Amino acid sequence: MQPVLAALRGIHKRYGDTVALAGVDLELRRGELLVLLGGNGAGKTTAIAILLGLLRADAGSVALFDGTPVQRAMRARVGAMLQTGGVPDTLRVAELLDLFGSYYPAPMPVAEAADLAGIGDLLQRPYRTLSGGQQRRVQFGLAVVGRPELLVLDEPTVGLDIEARHGFWERLRALVRAGTGVLLTTHWLEEAQALADRVAVLARGRVVAQDSLAGLQAADGLRRIACRTALAPARVAAWPGVVAVERGDDGLLTLQAADAEAVVRRLLERDPDLSDLEVRRTGLAERFLELTTEAA
Amino acid sequence: MTTLSPGAAAPRNPWLREVRYEFLRLLRTPGFALPTLLFPPMFYVLFALLLPMGRSGNWQAAHYLLATYTVFGVMAPGLFGFGATVAVEREQGWLRLKRAAPMPAGAWLLAKAAMAVAFALLVFAIMAALAAGAGGVRLPASAWLALAAVAGLGVLPFCAAGLWIGLVASAQAAPAIVNLVYLPMAFLSGLWFPLMLLPAPVQAMAPLWPAYHLGQLALAAVGQGSASAPALHALALFAFGAAFAALAARALRRA
Repeated sequence: MQPVLAALRGIHKRYGDTVALAGVDLELRRGELLVLLGGNGAGKTTAIAILLGLLRADAGSVALFDGTPVQRAMRARVGAMLQTGGVPDTLRVAELLDLFGSYYPAPMPVAEAADLAGIGDLLQRPYRTLSGGQQRRVQFGLAVVGRPELLVLDEPTVGLDIEARHGFWERLRALVRAGTGVLLTTHWLEEAQALADRVAVLARGRVVAQDSLAGLQAADGLRRIACRTALAPARVAAWPGVVAVERGDDGLLTLQAADAEAVVRRLLERDPDLSDLEVRRTGLAERFLELTTEAA
Repeated sequence: MTTLSPGAAAPRNPWLREVRYEFLRLLRTPGFALPTLLFPPMFYVLFALLLPMGRSGNWQAAHYLLATYTVFGVMAPGLFGFGATVAVEREQGWLRLKRAAPMPAGAWLLAKAAMAVAFALLVFAIMAALAAGAGGVRLPASAWLALAAVAGLGVLPFCAAGLWIGLVASAQAAPAIVNLVYLPMAFLSGLWFPLMLLPAPVQAMAPLWPAYHLGQLALAAVGQGSASAPALHALALFAFGAAFAALAARALRRA
């Protein structure tokens, strides 16, 4: 097993009456890309802020390498991209990379960091003259210039077009292959699918699932069954193995079932006129929806 | 024109870089640099050189207004340099990003203070050149040095006040608040027109304003001082600065 780079254990955080995190456990290892997936308001940014020492948790503990994020020496091994990572408009790209590199003990030369972030041709440009996508790449450059062992990226691809996004994913994969641990938040499934070794789904302040993508998809062996039937949804919902039932506007009955074969057998027994039967494994999108609504 | 040779991975000094880039940023922000560096000499030309306020006895307009407009200029980098920039950086997330990074704690504060002192000394240099060159002001070297010291140190309590405003006000509100504090206080402290030309109640209230105390120290430096003891003015400024530094420290812990 690779060493643990960062861990949140039993983290609770509330803002006034609003619970942001209600007992979050997360662990990230060297050379691993963990995607923290969740909708808006799920608590992703709060979790990141606590991991980076920007916020103090109400309860629980944070480990960063063999210390805590309060220690500068530990933060010196982390690079971060925040959602609200506003950068002064008037400084040039090379100056920004030079400044951020100076915070770290063994930074990359400015040109190397610029190449890695794909901004080699923008070094003399003032930050304000850059497009949104270019600014995001500069922020990525600031995150990697210190040769961090751990990269923490809060919604890094928001505002990027598809091409830029794919380029970004490529850069990230190369870093992970070289041993960097990456924690990346997104509310976007395709990004999780494209990148993740492991996905942690955050909903209403809890990690409701944490697994590899394949594991998450198979998770509890749930399958989706759809058919046209005269059976009442409420009755079907009471059967063993049926997790959820829904009748669509088109009259199609959709159910989530753990033991699909048994449920299908029973459906056919009870309603010989049943038609349009379809059974399939739930996709990640459905699984994700399911997980986040279950927690509601 | 990258400043580093390829392959080099030597540590770079973060404190020096913070200072350098803070200064560069403000120099490239015309909304800050131009008024800060131009208004004091402009007012000086207008009121000390063009309007014949002249001299009476010991009182010399060119000397007197050199002191008061220098102080007027010195307050700006403290109040605006901190007040406006801290509010913007806090709101846009720059401060947050730097705190997530291993920036040495306090490096950004020190950089801003150093920048404010540098701008204060720049204001002093411009005013001194103008007063000596066009205003016929002749002072012993010790008086010039004393005025430079008043400028360089006098900016610090205003840095503390600006920092506090920057930490509690929004980026939009901060410059407005600073202007609301800065301009009336400068006037009420006798920095635009000599206090003795202002109504008696304004004169009586003047010791309430920190700008008044810095003005008195500057006047003493150029030999236009009243009978009051410089030590008391210095003490008042120190108390004012310490109070806002304490407020700012509290706001910073919550930020």
